[in-house]
Amino acid sequence: MPSCPECDAAVSVGTDAVKGEVVACPDCGAELEVRETASLTLALAPEAQEDWGE
Amino acid sequence: MSDPVVGILLSRVRVEEKLLLESLERRGVRTKIIDDRQLVLRLEERPDLGVDVVLERCIQHSRALYALAVFETYGIPTVNTFEVADVCGNKLLTTMRLIRDGIPSPRTRLAFTPESALAAVEELSYPAVLKPLVGSWGRLISKVNDRDAAESILEHKDVLGTYMHSIYYLQEYVRKPGRDIRAFVVGDETIAAIYRASEHWITNTARGGVATNCPVTPELNDLCVRAARAVGGGVVAVDVLESSAGLLVNEVNYTMEFRNSIETTGLDIPARVVDHVLAVARR
Repeated sequence: MPSCPECDAAVSVGTDAVKGEVVACPDCGAELEVRETASLTLALAPEAQEDWGE
Repeated sequence: MSDPVVGILLSRVRVEEKLLLESLERRGVRTKIIDDRQLVLRLEERPDLGVDVVLERCIQHSRALYALAVFETYGIPTVNTFEVADVCGNKLLTTMRLIRDGIPSPRTRLAFTPESALAAVEELSYPAVLKPLVGSWGRLISKVNDRDAAESILEHKDVLGTYMHSIYYLQEYVRKPGRDIRAFVVGDETIAAIYRASEHWITNTARGGVATNCPVTPELNDLCVRAARAVGGGVVAVDVLESSAGLLVNEVNYTMEFRNSIETTGLDIPARVVDHVLAVARR
């Protein structure tokens, strides 16, 4: 199970996860992004920028 | 055409993108994720995307806009089009399209200096609403309750903001019944709508607004379809205010979020989006 890069907690990621998917760390609540699916790798998701939205 | 290949332009797979991908997969549609972070567009050449249509789902307006500009120039069908992204991504351009097509919307003023913006606020009367031209989720939207607040906010924007924040887009504050309406338009139909209720004057679900089903009346359908056409048509979410003078179109969103609206409305919104995308691919 991959760990949170912010707090090192174990993060459960579904088997159907795709690259770029955003998951939340159950411990610290950080937004994490699935960087690799072959060997599950998580990174902190980018902070929202001014032109983000709908 | 054999079964089209659908490209999804994105950088973040949110709930909406996951639902769209699942819906495409259930239909047996071949899909290709186009990650905007890895995209290098050689502008002299037609992008070799290997897809028949691009469904734009970028979280960043600027990336969506410029990628669509390139795809469209080379004749690659997209949902939505560059025109729709350009108009909907900018509140001023949206307002001008609504006015052009006679669609009721809040009274709006445009000014370019803090002094003229203050005069515009005073003319609208307090409270008024000051919005950035580009932005979403209710961010950086200010309810200006009095002259003191107006002077303070305008000075902050003038001194601290980028040049885009010195283009002052001001609207009358519409007294609404603790909610607004978010209506989803696909092609020529308002497929569903929700009420977004909040004790706060900002009712976006991203800001805690609570969604309940809103019946799509003929009046609401007509208004929202007209608003969608005004911005170029396609797949859009129309924000509607219930004012004492009737329904007003507030904004139109071109990369709509719908995660809170599927269960609420009972409608398979991603399936309807996929239908539209496939229809565009087959045109």
